[in-house]
Amino acid sequence: MATRTTPPGPGPGIPAPVHDAQAIVRMTGIVVEFPGVRALQGVDLVLRAGEVHALLGENGAGKSTLIRALTGVRPPDAGQIEVDGRPVAIHGPAQAQALGISTVYQEVNLCPNLSVAENIMLGREPRRAGGIDWRRMRRQAAEVLGRLNVDIDPASPLSAHSIAVQQLVAIARAMQVDARVLILDEPTSSLDADEVAELFRVMRGLREDGVAILFVTHFLEQVDEIADRITVLRNGARVGERRTSEMTRLELVSMMIGRELAVLEDIAQDAESREEAAARSGDGSAPTPFVRAIGLGRRGSIEPFDLDVYPGEVVGLAGLLGSGRSELARLLFGADHADSGTLEVDGAPVRLRTPRAAIGERIAFSSENRKAEGLVEDLTVRENIVLGLQAARGWARRVPQRKQDELTAHYIEALGIRPANPEALVRNLSGGNQQKVLLARWLATAPRLLILDEPTRGIDVGAKAEIQKLVHDLALEGMSVVFISAELDEVLRLSNRIAVLRDRRKVAEIVNGPDVTARDVLELIASGGQE
Amino acid sequence: MRSLTRSNVFWPLIALVALLAVNVAARPGFLGVRMQDGHLYGSIIDILRNTSPILLVAIGMTLVIATRGIDLSVGALVAIAGAVACTQIAASPSPGSAATVLIAIGTAVLVCLVLGVWNGFLVSVVGIQPIIATLILMTAGRGIAMLVTGGQITTVNSPLYKSIGAGYLLTLPVSAIIAGVVLAATALLTRRTALGTLVESVGINPEASRLAGVRARSIIWTVYVFSALCAAIAGILISSNVTAADANNNGLWIELDAILAVVIGGTSLMGGKFSLTGTLIGAFIIETLRITVISLGIAPEVNLVFKAVVVILVCLLQSPVVQRRFRARRRAVAQEHGEAVEVVA
Repeated sequence: MATRTTPPGPGPGIPAPVHDAQAIVRMTGIVVEFPGVRALQGVDLVLRAGEVHALLGENGAGKSTLIRALTGVRPPDAGQIEVDGRPVAIHGPAQAQALGISTVYQEVNLCPNLSVAENIMLGREPRRAGGIDWRRMRRQAAEVLGRLNVDIDPASPLSAHSIAVQQLVAIARAMQVDARVLILDEPTSSLDADEVAELFRVMRGLREDGVAILFVTHFLEQVDEIADRITVLRNGARVGERRTSEMTRLELVSMMIGRELAVLEDIAQDAESREEAAARSGDGSAPTPFVRAIGLGRRGSIEPFDLDVYPGEVVGLAGLLGSGRSELARLLFGADHADSGTLEVDGAPVRLRTPRAAIGERIAFSSENRKAEGLVEDLTVRENIVLGLQAARGWARRVPQRKQDELTAHYIEALGIRPANPEALVRNLSGGNQQKVLLARWLATAPRLLILDEPTRGIDVGAKAEIQKLVHDLALEGMSVVFISAELDEVLRLSNRIAVLRDRRKVAEIVNGPDVTARDVLELIASGGQE
Repeated sequence: MRSLTRSNVFWPLIALVALLAVNVAARPGFLGVRMQDGHLYGSIIDILRNTSPILLVAIGMTLVIATRGIDLSVGALVAIAGAVACTQIAASPSPGSAATVLIAIGTAVLVCLVLGVWNGFLVSVVGIQPIIATLILMTAGRGIAMLVTGGQITTVNSPLYKSIGAGYLLTLPVSAIIAGVVLAATALLTRRTALGTLVESVGINPEASRLAGVRARSIIWTVYVFSALCAAIAGILISSNVTAADANNNGLWIELDAILAVVIGGTSLMGGKFSLTGTLIGAFIIETLRITVISLGIAPEVNLVFKAVVVILVCLLQSPVVQRRFRARRRAVAQEHGEAVEVVA
């Protein structure tokens, strides 16, 4: 299956593979297709012995799909995988493991109620006389832990240890089978600085032993620190592979975000409305901000930040995935509880304990996670649009049927929702139309602040432009908007001010204008606001 | 016709009609109804009366299941309601007076409401899985009922109380009228207000509902209280019908019958869209099933096997695998007929 459509020779544009003595795994022209989507379109990846190889890319770039192709969870539809120079077809994780490829996933996939040794040896317990040889099992577990320099008691229950140590146990489990290739899928996303250092120490040890490590992360600093080589994916294609030492941070960021710098700088700027907006925005001309966050923060989620949003202003949040964009938005909406700082609405401090309280202050939040946190997919377009308004009124005062029909008809017309059928199930709509339904839900509640987290992700170009236009018009009508997007040109086009985030911290804030370019913002992201 | 066959209650309705047909074939007079002693009389009337407690419990269960929950404690609540009402009437010097009966019913309902608040608290505030949270009262509840009755089967001699479960009003069984009124009131309450939609919304996607400003917690809490209320009424009907409170046997396994009625009626255990009409038909199917086994002269133990077969069939039909097959088939058929498929890419 996996090699069925492999071309006989090197495909066009793919240089003939130079024999590389160090290469353990060589993936060439990997294609993975899902119904209607080409998740990977001919991606190459080479993993070499004794090297940490970072795999980078925004959400949906294809990182997980590539890992699944390599571990056999979802074999590729085309392309070739070679291990030690021999083509192989990997049809399942067990087969991958037999080839020396082990994976540690983001969530620790272990059994907290079993002991450390049991977790490491699960499924390959040493046996004796029909039973498990417990002593040998503990000894073997201790050996592999010792190899990683992890000093814990193999007999202790796993749940007694921190997430970081559990992560190390997962690595020990992966290494116990003498893995030569170790895949670490975002291992650091829930670790603090000390724990990351501990993990890196273990990774360096493995590298010295000649293990090839594939390291998926969103934290650029960590890439600088540990990775020897970087592959960047975007929209299912490989943008490039570089040595870390040969690459500046700025190049890396622009590779990930997607536009070549020159193209980004060329984006036509809506200068007129920009100046108009600048006049409206926080130059002292506006009286009080609608929303003001002072030192608002939440431990493990986002460092305390200050942010003002004035009426009629669009504040863009720029930063890479995992930089704290969504976390900031969730605090403004009360979806998460802040554990420090205060939030003022119209100059008066408020405590937003629930989203409901935020809606009471006329703040609306459209989550980046449309399906899980936005839509109620088995309800109709009408029910989804009316839901926010209905929730605010309480169950007893049903929005009258005629008003529901009017509202739905209005937004179907105004936002161009297709199919224009109020009784269609939202499940059956395309991504762009689902997003419009979600926008309609919030617009129906007449918010004063609309927080949009990635409202244009995964939708087609036409719908994207329509939503951008809508945001622009809403701000002209006096609504405040906080606009989050991974696409920098979108943020630049719409925002009056841009807050730059990095590594869960707000690092800079700039007033947008004709002379602000994508390059400026990229540099801020890359430098972390420090000149 | 097409809209009829696509309706959620189509297959349950067919099943009910088939069961009735089997009975008519076995006993041609099965559907006959005549007047006797000033009220209607016949197998159908028996089914109406005997279905009432299951239906009542199933109405409450429908809303609980719509929120992705389950309430296992209803059988125990049935026993508690009967125990509280019967011991009060039995202890009263005038068991036949309206005041005594009303106070007894009021107390029974109140006790069950408190227990419903407890269930709802465990599920919505403490966040215990519904099956475990309500298992607590399922186990402990019969003990509570036992304490109330002092371990005895408490019989009552109150014609007024007996008339609730066994009496007739306007030629129809009082219990059927009560169940009908509760069903109609619930339908009005959920469909004329926004409660039904909000319950479904919480059941389909709790987090999205919370972020949309829905009071998910209060709604979940409320459905458990409502379920307890329905169980209390059912408990009063059952104990009144047999004029006794039997802590061990009143409402035994009724929670399973109720869950089955809800599921047969097309409300998925995954939560979301619910159908009270479906629940009504489901409750009738379960009672008719029981009657069928008896009227065909089959040993009652086969009843359980029958139920098992029905449960298996329903679960199979609802399973994701079978549903996908059905959808694929329907789409294939639709395309053959050159119809537009209602899926927009």
